[in-house]
Amino acid sequence: MSDPKPNELIEKIDYNPSQKGWMDVPVEIRKGMYCYASNPKSVEYVGLPHARPWNPLEEDWKLPENWKEIVHKAFRERLDRFRSFKVFMDICVRCGACADKCHFFIGTGDPKNMPVSRAELLRSVYRNDFTTAGKILGKVAGARELTLDVLKEWWYYFFQCTECRRCSVFCPYGIDTAEITIMAREIFNLLGLNIDWIATPVANCYRTGNHLGIQPHAFKEMLEFFVDDIEEKTGVKVEPSFNRKGADILFVTPSGDVFADPGTYTAMGYLMLFHYLKEQGLNVTWSTYASEGGNFGFFTSHEMMKRLNSKMYAEAKRLGVKWILGGECGHMWRVIHQYMDTMNGPADFLEEPVSPITGTKFENAKSTKMVHIAEFMADLIYHGKLKIDKSRNDNLKVTYHDSCNPARGMGLFDEPRYVIKNVCNNFYEMPRNTIREQTFCCGSGSGLNAGEDMELRMCGGLPRANAVKYVHDKYGVNMLACVCAIDRAVLPVLMEYWVPGVDVTGLTEMVANALVMPGEMERTTNLRGEPLPGMEE
Amino acid sequence: MNVKYMFSLIAVIVLFLLAYVGVEAAGLQILFGIVIPYVALLVFVIGFINRVIGWARSPVPFRIPSTCGQQKSLPWIKSEELDNPHTTMGVIARMFLEIVFFRSLFRNTKATLSDGPKISFNLEKWLWLGALAFHWSFLTVIVRHLRFFAEPVPFWVQLLEKVDGFFQIGVPGIFISGIVLLAAVFYLFLRRVIIPQVNYISLSQDFFPLFLIFGIAFSGILMRHFAKVDVTGAKELAMGLVSFHPIIPPGIGVIFYVHIFFVSVLLAYFPFSKLMHLGGIFMSPTRNLPGNTRAVRHINPWNYPVHTHTYEEYEEEFRGKMIEAGLPVEKE
Repeated sequence: MSDPKPNELIEKIDYNPSQKGWMDVPVEIRKGMYCYASNPKSVEYVGLPHARPWNPLEEDWKLPENWKEIVHKAFRERLDRFRSFKVFMDICVRCGACADKCHFFIGTGDPKNMPVSRAELLRSVYRNDFTTAGKILGKVAGARELTLDVLKEWWYYFFQCTECRRCSVFCPYGIDTAEITIMAREIFNLLGLNIDWIATPVANCYRTGNHLGIQPHAFKEMLEFFVDDIEEKTGVKVEPSFNRKGADILFVTPSGDVFADPGTYTAMGYLMLFHYLKEQGLNVTWSTYASEGGNFGFFTSHEMMKRLNSKMYAEAKRLGVKWILGGECGHMWRVIHQYMDTMNGPADFLEEPVSPITGTKFENAKSTKMVHIAEFMADLIYHGKLKIDKSRNDNLKVTYHDSCNPARGMGLFDEPRYVIKNVCNNFYEMPRNTIREQTFCCGSGSGLNAGEDMELRMCGGLPRANAVKYVHDKYGVNMLACVCAIDRAVLPVLMEYWVPGVDVTGLTEMVANALVMPGEMERTTNLRGEPLPGMEE
Repeated sequence: MNVKYMFSLIAVIVLFLLAYVGVEAAGLQILFGIVIPYVALLVFVIGFINRVIGWARSPVPFRIPSTCGQQKSLPWIKSEELDNPHTTMGVIARMFLEIVFFRSLFRNTKATLSDGPKISFNLEKWLWLGALAFHWSFLTVIVRHLRFFAEPVPFWVQLLEKVDGFFQIGVPGIFISGIVLLAAVFYLFLRRVIIPQVNYISLSQDFFPLFLIFGIAFSGILMRHFAKVDVTGAKELAMGLVSFHPIIPPGIGVIFYVHIFFVSVLLAYFPFSKLMHLGGIFMSPTRNLPGNTRAVRHINPWNYPVHTHTYEEYEEEFRGKMIEAGLPVEKE
């Protein structure tokens, strides 16, 4: 691997930027720090404009001739449609409180990764095009014209933001860089400038219902493979159902968990949990059509987000379920919590969610009618509905990573912690400034979890990894729990790079390992096939 | 030497000279004492309202608060109403703390990287303290100035003056707020010059208001304690302005005209600058909305229908495979 070593990355970091004016330093698009350009076929499939092969490293991006006009018009439209965008363009005082809050700045030292700088990239053009002061005073007022170099700088840095919202927590006006990045990426998509790691999952999801492009029969087969695996390890045969009318609850989770370790163990966890609760009255179905919880449309445009998200309600309506249960995923939950009902609701064909096991009404979800699996499980445990053998997780020393979106776009903090503390005996928190609302991104969110931008990912993940290292060194933490499928896909790589000896797990995997299933054989291994504590030979 | 602040510094010096020469040499008291203040106030009021209306015209399509605490979910989990409010009362409390005490800024930390590698985040309260000192002292100064615009002087203004002049140093007594304001402005300036990250992002327009406000405070203190101006005359002029019977009492002293010229420039500059954060903070959608989106539906006024890939289209493409895999289908 030609990627730089950890110490090489660290040596490069300098938090003291040069005093040269940032407008005078043109962007250098560096290998390892960007993602490949979108495949034109994917762009075309969903009907987005200007599909073409292009390469970020080449001088000519093959832009449409009137690209400046497109950008200007799109900018105007977004100012008129989003108060957030307009206010955030106007009121920043550049106090710098956000500067060292961004994981990409902390991990790279690149001053244009300070959230305020990132926003200024756009603001400078905003001042030039839309404000009187900027039009008259030009550069003195911090304004600059949109040029090809500026566009390239935008592209490079708005694909170095994971929309994690950490900066917005510290901003005295709540300026949210995620919101600004979302607008920038919308504009890129009008010029055909998406990255492929977003564009292709979007096209896949549109066609097959999930990012990975898994077709219905294959989706079913993959879950059936888990069924066999579960039977082998527990002696219990679980029986999931698919696209079943007459179910009470539709279950939707990110497809990443069906596809890759260690997410697969979380998927097995769902299957076991549902089987366990079946006799107590849980009547749940999976869907192959709505087989994706995640939504890379969110990283494309508001419209694309809506188009992909629409499947959840559509499928719930078609199957005639009462409400929807959502699995562990990060941005999926931001979309569900803050966007879904507004975009694709009202969900008046569904009922206010009630747990069939405990009778708990999920009043916090009474309009959207979708409940988070951590809320659902916490309620079950609280009412003593799960028989748990905590000691089965005694080999684990667990810490919990608050995934950005459920943290800062929802406020899901105590439910997962309650679950973890009830299924394992050794739980240690990372330092306070790195958890809960101040949690650090994995460094690969918002569609940046590709292979070609590995250096960027390792830099961006450094603050997260460093906090894990702290509890690893101090308490011997060996397991990092999370509620996000992207986390499960990217954190193992990050841990291997910065903190070898720490593994990654979903919440439900830990629950399933501790869950005492009726009719199970003597459990000797966990779902990963590793011996349970006391069962090592 | 830094171009960004030099430009702003020179601008403020030029403004000073304009007023000084204009009044002292050209005798333009009416222009600087009456016309410009009126125009500036008009620009401020219309500009400010215009700006706020401009923001208000753009809708809030989605309810996107930054949730900085536990959500309201299960009844036995304590939700954090101040950091993740789910009611209007909670939002008001959150906004109050934000606007009055700069709660988000209070969280500020400083990241340092040391060998190991070890990244640590230490509390950094100076910015919060400096900002609080600046805004509160400025507000105190403004309220104190109401004594020039009201006759009789309201008792609460007199009370504030008493508190502000508590130390009773010198005659006339020093106001704490004036000293704090100067010190805070100087601190805010220093950090823009000294802290490399802040210097990197600072623009001319970040320095200009600092120099201008420094000029305002400095000329004010100068007037009160050193180049003593005719206070009675100053009040007559101010009362003339508010009663729309403007007069120029003779012999107030040139520093006074410099002072109100600076204030006029600040007022006129206000709506076109970042100083509009005064209005904007009330309108920030990440702070002024409750985090109850799953319980109460938010309406997007421009929500429009989009192309979707329907189940029918999906089944049409995969029906054969679905039947073969034993998946239920709508049409056999």
